Amino acid sequence: MVPFSGWDMPVEYSGIIAEHMATRTAAGLFDVSHMGEIEIRGESALALVQHVTCNDASRLAIGQAQYSGLMTDRGTFVDDLLVHKLSDTHYLLCVNAGNQDSDFDYIRGHNRFGVSVENAGERYSQFAIQGPRALAILQPFTEVALAALQYYHFTFGKVDGVECLIARTGYTGEDGFEIYFAPEHSEKLWNALLDAGRSVGLLPCGLGARNTLRLEAGMCLYGHELDDTTTVWDASLGWICKMAKGEFLGRVALARQMSRGLDRLLVGFEMQDRLIARDGCSVSQGGATIGRVTSGSPAPFLKKNIGMAYVPFGASAVGTEFEIGIRTSQAAARVVRMPFYKRAAKS
Amino acid sequence: MYPANYRYTKEHEWVNAAGSTATVGITDYAQHELGDVVFVELPKVGAQIKAGESLGTIESVKAVSEIYAPVSGEVIEVNPELAGAPEKVNADPHGAAWLIKVRLANPAELAALLDAAAYEKFLASAEKENPA
Repeated sequence: MVPFSGWDMPVEYSGIIAEHMATRTAAGLFDVSHMGEIEIRGESALALVQHVTCNDASRLAIGQAQYSGLMTDRGTFVDDLLVHKLSDTHYLLCVNAGNQDSDFDYIRGHNRFGVSVENAGERYSQFAIQGPRALAILQPFTEVALAALQYYHFTFGKVDGVECLIARTGYTGEDGFEIYFAPEHSEKLWNALLDAGRSVGLLPCGLGARNTLRLEAGMCLYGHELDDTTTVWDASLGWICKMAKGEFLGRVALARQMSRGLDRLLVGFEMQDRLIARDGCSVSQGGATIGRVTSGSPAPFLKKNIGMAYVPFGASAVGTEFEIGIRTSQAAARVVRMPFYKRAAKS
Repeated sequence: MYPANYRYTKEHEWVNAAGSTATVGITDYAQHELGDVVFVELPKVGAQIKAGESLGTIESVKAVSEIYAPVSGEVIEVNPELAGAPEKVNADPHGAAWLIKVRLANPAELAALLDAAAYEKFLASAEKENPA
């Protein structure tokens, strides 16, 4: 167990590689109750969500979720988050554990719309069940027709008799579900899902596999790829920024950056030799430092050593070679297309 | 669990001395803390190592860790298996996954190391201070 944003979290149960592979080939069960929830309610709930986030929440149907960014007025990330539309007057934000309280204060500080903002993390536990067998394992526990639930949509229903918000979302690159429910049901639900899934290869997964899975899937992690110095353009997350939606915090700064051009860009790289890049390693070309690694790890499914780094725009093209400072070595790496891993399309 | 004829360091290496040579590895506790080992970087045969100084690194999926030399001497053999199969460190840390063999420069250094009972006591007190 390790301390993580005020929680004691398991890094691994049976081993990161086994847990990672189980999630890619069968299923993984993650207790992600540390994730924060913030609820926004009121006639002008949408106006507040639109003001503080960069994606266009007006495009959401009831029962739909979107990935977005909570923006500073400089167009940088206070946090990255999922926005769920529960009704025209009710939104549920799922935010990073370490940012929950500061996100809450930040959103409340920008609430000039007279809506209710609730720091609701203590009312929710959250499990993620991810992988090609997640649906088959979860289905017998609920009357909700899971196959009919589209990606990034959610519904309410019982799982093993427990009222849940069931979302077809995840942070692994696999198909799967994230379920939100009252904390008193955690132990019972955890054991029920684990017992049901074991025989088809489901493993409980810790923070270690959560990190290697998201990295292989090319997903950003706050505090690594994203922070209050990085913008959506820097992080290649332009798809979550809808400049045409109208005013939002950071829009002016983001427009200015767009017209000026990018200084740096987040890229994915593969090591060309056996060394493993880690967060904080320097990136250089011809002896000159040009950037910094934000995440790096062995990729258990791809069996390569991969990572992400911020580099100058001119060194960001796929195929670009640079060196990464690892202890006393300068190890060769090459920019590759992200995501590193993409699951096969369903036939 | 911890062989009685080995000596141990508080950095979780072991030494098995026989006459003027010794075999060096990392302990079961160390492999467990590291998790899945994916890479081991060791000195070459002929290199001089010095007690207390780094002799190489061992890397798991989640972390990289220095290996400290428990004794001083010349490296006379490097485990040839580990480059291709670093996961052996998890499977058999006290046996097949030894790291290097050393010609001891100063066998008296061994006396400063922990015996198995003292190492296990050290682990128990470390666990108490920092429960897993």
